[in-house]
Amino acid sequence: MRHTDHLHRLESESIHIFREVAAECDRPVLLYSIGKDSAVLLHLALKAFYPGKPPFPLLHIDTTWKFREMIAFRDRRAAELGVELLVHTNQEGLRQGIGPITHGSRLHTDVMKTQALKQALDLHRFDAAFGGARRDEERSRAKERIFSFRTPQHRWDPKRQPPEFWNFYNTRKGPGESIRVFPLSNWTELDIWNYIRHENIPIPQLYFAAERPVVERDGALIMVDDERLPLAPDELLERRRVRFRTLGCYPLTAAIESDATTIDAIIAELRQSRLSERSGRTIDHDSAASMEQKKVEGYF
Amino acid sequence: MHDAPIVTALADEHALQPAQRMSLLRFITCGSVDDGKSTLIGRLLHDTGSIPDDQLDRLSVDSRRWGTQEGAIDYALLLDGLSAEREQGITIDVAYRYFATPRRSFIVADTPGHRQYTRNMATGASTADLAVLLVDAQKGLLTQTRRHTLIASLLGVRHIVLAVNKMDLAGYNQAAFNNISEDFRDFAARLGFASIICIPLAAKRGENVVASTDAMPWYAGPTLLAHLERVDVSRPADNQTLRMPIQLVSRPNPHFRGYAGTVAAGTLRTGMRVRIQPGTNTASIARIVTADGDQPEAFAGEAITVVLDEEVDVSRGDTLSDARAPAVVTDTLETSLLWVSETPLNPSTPYLLKAGAATVSAQIDAPRQGIDVETGGIVVMTSLAMNEVGKVTVRLDRKLPFDTYAQSRATGGFILIDRLTNETVAIGLVDTPVIVAAPAAQLSERWPPLTGESSWRSLAKAFSWRALGSFGTVILAFALTHDRGLAAVIGAGEVLTKIVVFFLHERVWARVPFGIAPATKTHQ
Repeated sequence: MRHTDHLHRLESESIHIFREVAAECDRPVLLYSIGKDSAVLLHLALKAFYPGKPPFPLLHIDTTWKFREMIAFRDRRAAELGVELLVHTNQEGLRQGIGPITHGSRLHTDVMKTQALKQALDLHRFDAAFGGARRDEERSRAKERIFSFRTPQHRWDPKRQPPEFWNFYNTRKGPGESIRVFPLSNWTELDIWNYIRHENIPIPQLYFAAERPVVERDGALIMVDDERLPLAPDELLERRRVRFRTLGCYPLTAAIESDATTIDAIIAELRQSRLSERSGRTIDHDSAASMEQKKVEGYF
Repeated sequence: MHDAPIVTALADEHALQPAQRMSLLRFITCGSVDDGKSTLIGRLLHDTGSIPDDQLDRLSVDSRRWGTQEGAIDYALLLDGLSAEREQGITIDVAYRYFATPRRSFIVADTPGHRQYTRNMATGASTADLAVLLVDAQKGLLTQTRRHTLIASLLGVRHIVLAVNKMDLAGYNQAAFNNISEDFRDFAARLGFASIICIPLAAKRGENVVASTDAMPWYAGPTLLAHLERVDVSRPADNQTLRMPIQLVSRPNPHFRGYAGTVAAGTLRTGMRVRIQPGTNTASIARIVTADGDQPEAFAGEAITVVLDEEVDVSRGDTLSDARAPAVVTDTLETSLLWVSETPLNPSTPYLLKAGAATVSAQIDAPRQGIDVETGGIVVMTSLAMNEVGKVTVRLDRKLPFDTYAQSRATGGFILIDRLTNETVAIGLVDTPVIVAAPAAQLSERWPPLTGESSWRSLAKAFSWRALGSFGTVILAFALTHDRGLAAVIGAGEVLTKIVVFFLHERVWARVPFGIAPATKTHQ
């Protein structure tokens, strides 16, 4: 890449952010959610500290409802790279049997993701957490700073965000406060894919089209990844050629019908698409302000 | 309505031109509240095919619920991403949107117009290459337009587009457009922008935003998008000298010691001689290391790791500068401060100053002057409150390297942080890094010779002066005593004692500013 190319500029800016946090924060952690954005985030972290290793662990919040392939991919990548991987599950939620099918997406996301994340950050006393969120994903994220401050209760105050000038980040925080840091803020979905292609970054096979067992539910194609997804009498389990545009909990993540089996084909498909990336995430549709509300409560 | 796919709405050459070959333009849009800013951005995004259908669907639902356009699409709701903004119908914080054409990738920051949220506008402006400033063709320049122009210029935005909107309501009148353009050029002339272009448009009808129009045959210039795609915002590289603040020392194993950071200005090359500032040590660049392999050079904006050819003391907060043109190392700065905190400046409290990767304690004098952000004029100012710009002297507790902000946005700017609340209270721009004579007590370190004379030169001068003087003394002593021996002893004794006296006298004078003008020096 030439130094004026926009992917190279984005890469350099992200690396700068990683280094600044590593220098100024006591206990950073990288929130690793196994998807394509996390893959890019991890790749940038590795580049930022080359020839050394990133001076922080990865943390995965496991709701126990991720695609099985995601978990296998996660463990394989961590082993290959020799980086420390922490996995946290909300044990109380697990005991209560909280799940997306029995309790609905809203409660499941709150207990198994938001509460679990807060538990893990408190448990390890992390004061800065890198996340792969991008501003082009959703309109409340479009408003968020790269360094986003959280109260000791992990709440975000969107009306009183501190100013952020140039790349001079003020990382000072009060007792108990923490920072969510978003090095991919200025990347778009297309940037992510072009970068994955250019850098040859490994991603789960779920992003590529293949025959998979799916059921059509409320107009969305849900993959039946294990026996926990009960079918209604009128529902039909069928094999269709599908892929995923984003990855999350399998009962909440809709597949799209696709023939894209290569990154080039994915990029071509993306250019033709008239729908936004998160249109396949059922958890985002709860209400118009749902993402902002979840963020205020401490969701990533 | 939307048959065209996202991104490729304009042309299909996109596929032939890989995205990583495109350049990136960051711009802000600003202007007064009802000048049609949101409509303009909505138009820009819509006409470049950058609004996905599901977002457009939700927008029409929201427009019926919150909209101010009687049920029609209200583009402000696309950008006002916070629920408080939609409820109140105002923009509180910057919204970032992303779109691309076959020529360029764009990041647009839509900034709030209200004075109360100036700091959020400044946040957007600090990383922008260009500002699109909106005015209503029927209203002309407003106070808010001037304030935004001034803040954009303060924060180093070098290119301006004056978008004269609602031309349809002004009857596409050329004279109205020309008057506003001339008004603006007069106002902006002394603000030092690298380029100013004025474009007449009608955002609601999409005229001169993406597509050109027949309605204004008298206008021969580009449409807004055509200008944004083509404008050259690169800074001339030849007058930029190397500055690289060190973020981290990288020591992964006993055989590697590198210094990681982002090149802030200029170009770094292997073999180049650098000074490690604020110190005076120099070294040469042995390697420029990246995860993609070593490279022979690195340009401004690139995040790299350097290895030096010798073991010297380098730590976080130091800056590598071109040894031939280092920055001024000083503890006193003449600055322009934009105050962004609700708590006004307190000159009796120390603040933290962060510049590059260095953070130091700083004492801020009360201002004597300031800039009226609505007229651009210099005014008397004795205190500094939110949204005001003051001319103040900043005193650091240790020396750091600085350039003027006009020379380098990256090494001439800083932020101030409140020690107790950790709040970012001000953004500072260095007008002059000052070298001043410090009190005599710290003679060696803080009191450098003003005349530039070396000690050897002083000694040579002492010898020549004494040789001349003592020759006279010997002649005089012999004339009075007629004793050659005595005359020789007096002469020899005087040579020795007076050389020492003269030398010391000369070295003291070399440090006394009396009679030497000027006492301050500006870095070139």
